Amino acid sequence: MLAVLGVFFVYPLLSALCTSFYDWDLLTPPRFVGFDNYRAVVASGELLASLGTTLLVSGVVVLGSLLLGLALALAVHRPGPLAALARSAVFSAYVVSWVSVGLLFLWIFDADAGVVNRALGAVGIGPVKWLTSTSVAPFTVALIVIWKVTGYAMVVFLSGLSSIPPELQEAAALDGAGPISRLLHVTLPLLRPTAAFVAVTSLIASFQLFDVVRLLTQGGPVRSTTVLVYAIYEQLFRDLRVGRASALVVVFFLVLALLTWLKLRAFRAEAAA
Amino acid sequence: MIGERHWRRLALGFALCAALIWLFPYAWMLLTSLKTSQELLKAPTALPAALRFSAYTEVFRVIPVGRYVGLTTLMALSIAVLQIAIALPAAYALAKLNFRLRGAAFACLMSALLLPAELRFVPIFTLFSALGLVNTLPALVLPFALSAFGTFLLRQALLSVPDSLIEAARLDGASELRIVYRLLPPILAPSLVAFFLVSFVHHWNDYFWPLVMTVDDRVRTLPLGIALLREQGSGVRWHIVMAGNTLLSLPALALFGFAQKHLLRGLGSGVG
Repeated sequence: MLAVLGVFFVYPLLSALCTSFYDWDLLTPPRFVGFDNYRAVVASGELLASLGTTLLVSGVVVLGSLLLGLALALAVHRPGPLAALARSAVFSAYVVSWVSVGLLFLWIFDADAGVVNRALGAVGIGPVKWLTSTSVAPFTVALIVIWKVTGYAMVVFLSGLSSIPPELQEAAALDGAGPISRLLHVTLPLLRPTAAFVAVTSLIASFQLFDVVRLLTQGGPVRSTTVLVYAIYEQLFRDLRVGRASALVVVFFLVLALLTWLKLRAFRAEAAA
Repeated sequence: MIGERHWRRLALGFALCAALIWLFPYAWMLLTSLKTSQELLKAPTALPAALRFSAYTEVFRVIPVGRYVGLTTLMALSIAVLQIAIALPAAYALAKLNFRLRGAAFACLMSALLLPAELRFVPIFTLFSALGLVNTLPALVLPFALSAFGTFLLRQALLSVPDSLIEAARLDGASELRIVYRLLPPILAPSLVAFFLVSFVHHWNDYFWPLVMTVDDRVRTLPLGIALLREQGSGVRWHIVMAGNTLLSLPALALFGFAQKHLLRGLGSGVG
C-alpha cells in the first residue's frame, strides 16, 4: 500500500519537481539548468496560452454543463417513462468512452460530409468550420465535452433534489407560491451547495481534458485547442523535452491543488447541507 | 391549476428534446456503419439502402478486434481486482483500527486524489522506460493499483458497519486478514459492486494511459485500436470507423443498461 503510494504517487511528483530543473531529451544525460525550463515555457508564451485555452474551454464546459444539468434535473425529476428515458439517454454519454465520443463528433461535425453542416447547408447556412477555425474550434470542443459530462451534473442535481423535503414545497404551495416562485425561493437556494460541488468537480475534470483534444483537433488549428495536458504530452512525445514537460507538470499540480482545496470546501458545504 | 400543467408539459417537452439530442449521435453512428463506401461518397447523410454489415467485416479484417477486446478486458479486470484487494484493508485500517497518525494517513491518501494520471505519467514513463516496462501489461495495470477514490468509498461504507460485528469475529478467533477478506466483502457488497463497475468501465474506456505506455500492437487496447482506424487507408472511411466505434461503445452501453443503478451509486457518491 505504502509502496504503491510511494512509487506511483509521491515519486512522480518529486521526480517531476527535480526534472523540471534539468534539460533532458531521454537520450543524452540530463543537464542542470536551474529555472531555465520555467523561463522558457513562460517566455515562449506556451504556459499562458495553454492555461488560457484550458480556462476558456473549462469555463464554457462548467457553465454549460451546470446550467444544462440543472435544467435537465428539474425537468426529469418526476416519474414516468419519458423522464426515465431522458435520464438514461443523457447519462449514457458519461459511460461511453472519450474515444467513442470523439470519433462520433468528428464525423458529425465533419466540414463537408458531416450531418450538421449538411443540415445547415440545406437551410442555406455555412459551411461552418467547426474544427478547423481558430475561433470556433475551442467552442466545438467545449460543446462536445458538455454533451459528454452533463449527465454527471444532472445525476448529482437529481440526488440534491431528492434530498429536499417535499413538505417544504407543499408548504410554499399552500402559501400561494406558484411554480416559478417555488423554484426561485425554495428549490434553487437549497441546491446551492450542490451547484458549488458540481461546478468545482467539473472544473477539476475539465482541467484534465486530453482525449477529446487529441482525437478531434490535435491541439489545432494553430494551437487554439492546446490545453495544458496536451501541451505536456507534446513536450514529451513530440519534442522529447522532459524538463519543460516536468515544469508544466509542476504548474499543473499547483493549479490542481488550488482547485482541490476549493472542492474540499464545496464538499464540506454540501455534506453540511 | 393550469399553470402547473403547463409546466409539466414544458418539462416533458424539454426532456424529449434532450433524449433526442443524446440518442441521435448513437443512431447516426449505427446508420453510418451500415452503409457502403459508394453510398457514403454519393450521399453521406442519406439512409442506407439495405442492412449491410460489410463495414464490420472490414473492421475485423484490418484490426485484431478479439485480441484487443481480450486484452482490454484483462487489463480493466486486473486493475479493478487489484484496486479492491488493496483498498479493502486500507479502508478497514482507516475506518476501524485506531493507530497513531490515522488522520495523517487519511489526509495523505486523499491528496493522492490530487494526482491524476495526466499529472503522473511523465516520471512514470521515464521510470518504466528505464526498467524496460513500457509496452507491457504491468505498465498499464500497476500505476492504478491504488485507488484513493475506492479506498474512500469503502471507508465511508465501513463507518456504518457496527464495531460489535468485528469484535465478535475477533472473539471467534478470526484473524485480521480473515476479517478483511472474508467477513467484510459480503457486508460491503453494494459498495464493492458499484466501485468495481465504475473502475472497470473507466479503465476499459481509458485512452490516455494506453496511448502513452504502448508503442505497438503487443498490448494495445480496444479504444486505441479503434482510434487508429481513422488514420488507416486513404481518406477517412467513416462507415468503417463508425462500425469500429459501435463495437467499442456497445459493451459500455450494455453494461450501463444492465447496471445503471449500481453505476449511479458509485458515481453519485461524490468523489468521482
